[in-house]
Amino acid sequence: MITTYLFYLLSFLAIMFALMVVFSKNPIHSVLYLVLAFFTIAGHYVLLNAQFLAAVHIIVYAGAIMVLFLFVIMLLNLNKETEPHKSIWLKASAAVASGSLLVVLVGSLKGAASIPSAKTFDASIGLIENLGQTLFNDFLLPFEVSSILLLSAMVGAVMLGKKSIK
Amino acid sequence: MSAIQTIPLEWYLLLSTVLFTIGVLGVLFRRNAIIIFMSIELMLNAVNLLLVAFSSYLSDSKGQVFVFFIMAVAAAEVAVGLAILMMVYRNTKSSDINTLNKLKW
Repeated sequence: MITTYLFYLLSFLAIMFALMVVFSKNPIHSVLYLVLAFFTIAGHYVLLNAQFLAAVHIIVYAGAIMVLFLFVIMLLNLNKETEPHKSIWLKASAAVASGSLLVVLVGSLKGAASIPSAKTFDASIGLIENLGQTLFNDFLLPFEVSSILLLSAMVGAVMLGKKSIK
Repeated sequence: MSAIQTIPLEWYLLLSTVLFTIGVLGVLFRRNAIIIFMSIELMLNAVNLLLVAFSSYLSDSKGQVFVFFIMAVAAAEVAVGLAILMMVYRNTKSSDINTLNKLKW
């Protein structure tokens, strides 16, 4: 039952690192804990037979997005605790609100019908060949539209980052 | 031997729910705009994990393709969001979201 223990370990680490992201004072520490949380989620992908997705997840999130976060934090010189504290009532109400959201979501999961498992277990679902077939047969138009989305995001980021806009 | 044979799907549902709630807690709890962005990333990843879990348990690769699209949207969102954040910091010299209360009420 090694996979069960791995699931427990990865879940515990993911939840702990996610909590550390929220509660650490220094933004740099938050970014590093978020990278560790992404690595544990990539471990979950490997457990779920989605190996290619795990690799893409590490490359895109830990490699690109978190480097962007670190770059902005260092550029803005935010690597110290400058954040003014919220009042204790706001913190308590935030904790109560998210806790009740958790209770509602878990309660709705309890009432849901169980998912019927597939007739035949297919271990090759997460391999790159099957994903490519699905992506370029069923989702060709969304794939092209996402390229337009990335282009417009790039143009928007450059426009916003310019020194002065006339 | 994979997790699918030994671990019920409900555990992945619970794990994704807990991760999503931690993201919501981060958005409500902190005032630093960068930490709020990171909490949004955490919520997106909780949903990604849920999509991959359903895709594997139902042996359908469409869910994993959707995760690709979510990753593309997340990358675009982070690029534009951090550019807006740089702009805000340049104008207000602070990354505190409570300085941005002109549109409140």
